[in-house]
Amino acid sequence: MSTVSAVAAPRPFVRWLRRALRSPALVAGAFLLAFMVAVSVLAPVVAPYDPETQNLGGGLAAPSASHWFGTDQLGRDILSRVIWAGRTDLRIAVLAAIIPFITGLVVGLVSGYSGGRVDWVIGRVVDTFVAFPFYVLIIAIVFAVGTGENGIFIAYALVGWISSARVIRAKTKALCREGWVGAAYGGGLSHPRVVARHLLPNVLPQAVVLLMTEILLIMVAVVTLGYLGLGVQPPTPDWGTMISDGQLFLATKWWIPSLPGVAVVITGVGLSLLGDGLADVWRLR
Amino acid sequence: MRWFGRSLLAAIPVALGVVVCVFLLLRIVPGDPARMILGEQATTASIDALREQLGLNLPVGQQLLRYLVGVFTRADIGTSLVTDQPVLALIASRVGVTLLLVGLAVVFTVLIAVPLALIAATHKDGPLDHVVRIFPTIGMAMPAFWVGLILILVFGVALRWLPVGGVGTSPADPLRSLILPALTVAIGMSPPLIRSLREQLLEVLDADFVVTLKAARLGSVSILVRHVLRNAAVPAVSLLGVNVAYLLGGTLVIEKVFAINGMGALLFSSISTRDFPVVQGITLVSAMGVVVISLVTDLLVAALDPRIRAA
Repeated sequence: MSTVSAVAAPRPFVRWLRRALRSPALVAGAFLLAFMVAVSVLAPVVAPYDPETQNLGGGLAAPSASHWFGTDQLGRDILSRVIWAGRTDLRIAVLAAIIPFITGLVVGLVSGYSGGRVDWVIGRVVDTFVAFPFYVLIIAIVFAVGTGENGIFIAYALVGWISSARVIRAKTKALCREGWVGAAYGGGLSHPRVVARHLLPNVLPQAVVLLMTEILLIMVAVVTLGYLGLGVQPPTPDWGTMISDGQLFLATKWWIPSLPGVAVVITGVGLSLLGDGLADVWRLR
Repeated sequence: MRWFGRSLLAAIPVALGVVVCVFLLLRIVPGDPARMILGEQATTASIDALREQLGLNLPVGQQLLRYLVGVFTRADIGTSLVTDQPVLALIASRVGVTLLLVGLAVVFTVLIAVPLALIAATHKDGPLDHVVRIFPTIGMAMPAFWVGLILILVFGVALRWLPVGGVGTSPADPLRSLILPALTVAIGMSPPLIRSLREQLLEVLDADFVVTLKAARLGSVSILVRHVLRNAAVPAVSLLGVNVAYLLGGTLVIEKVFAINGMGALLFSSISTRDFPVVQGITLVSAMGVVVISLVTDLLVAALDPRIRAA
């Protein structure tokens, strides 16, 4: 059932890859995401202009051959800014997902495996965090610890682990009801060994699928915070601040606030399809 | 009634946890919270005065106790540093339009999610099912505030059907001007609902009693409406309850897009004036609101489904 052991051996991996290539969701998602990541990583090469160079005489120009997405109110090239913003927002989303991913995995495994009092306490902590409207909590934490990139990292480290901990806990509980977990412990393996060597590989595919959703949610949250003026601070390009700045021109120059949003949607659909595709290939549904 | 006592009992530690978390919000401020609120240029005297006002000079345990007692015995969730008004009164003066928006958004969410889930479930694996299943994937990837802007662009600017911001003053205006914001929130809300509702409907459609009804040659529309939908309503209501926290947070952000003067506007203006007690109060009230709504949802689900009452 698990394919994690397959990563080490080449032949099962080739088989896995063949199966993966037959999933249209996975192929489409990987393609979209690879495109956005490649453009972001290669931003210094592929962006036609410097994202922060102003040209006050040439502001608010419509899309043309020299400026494919037009220019903003300060005459900056919007295409270049969309590309560089992707670099910022994707980097923050991926980095901010790492700590909650590990916390969620560990908390879920421990809570689901140990049961009893530990599980009860973790359950109440999770219930408490779930009661907070997600954006209110994130906004309040970012307000308290300071706006900008670091605020986002801290806010996510504090609340981002909840949903994965819930899912991993349920999955671990279900696995523990199967005889082999008891057998492994009864056979003389220590608790940490049962969890790390036997349960972890079995919940990892589920966790990776969740990670795709988490990165998507964080990216949307980073963009939303940017829109609210609490995220990435100017002049660093960010999709959220670009949309917020462009909102003034919505009625007359619709492309200014719309195009950065399209970039968010393409990246998000890529992540979401990749997650769905992985779930299909690993037969998690 | 025992099941309801159980859910009520489970809500108590959560409510307590919520208050403690909101209290801790002031504690995670790096450095001195009083300095963070007053800014770098503040004098030592004014910082000392604010520390005294916020009770920051007491031991942490005592501060927490004071806060808990204030919240639970006097519903005292703080005083605004800017206007000197009780935070609860400030929130009460703004919460109406926010609740109206949330209510309208729930209606729109149901109107979007139920038909789409029905279409998908009754055409399982057909082309219609695939089309409907793309919707949640795209819906999840769209930042809600951007959806709001696109809706303004289409319905407000291009078609000129609906007002694009603020809440109008004449009696019929508020509802009309809340249509686009509510639709925006609903579009953000419906993806998870469509997904789970489709699964639920597929399960009900597969149930023995539906197969029996079909065998008895009942019309498929009457089976759908009278039997399948009724059985899928229970999970739909509890799903709405689960997602209400998400809905509330999204609503506050959307207020900003449409310049609606509700709780969200209060939150953002308090952030810009660094009115810490108001930010804390809004966080507390919205979380408590979610706890109450979850309880009401439990009640509603039990009323709809006798099996839960018996358990």
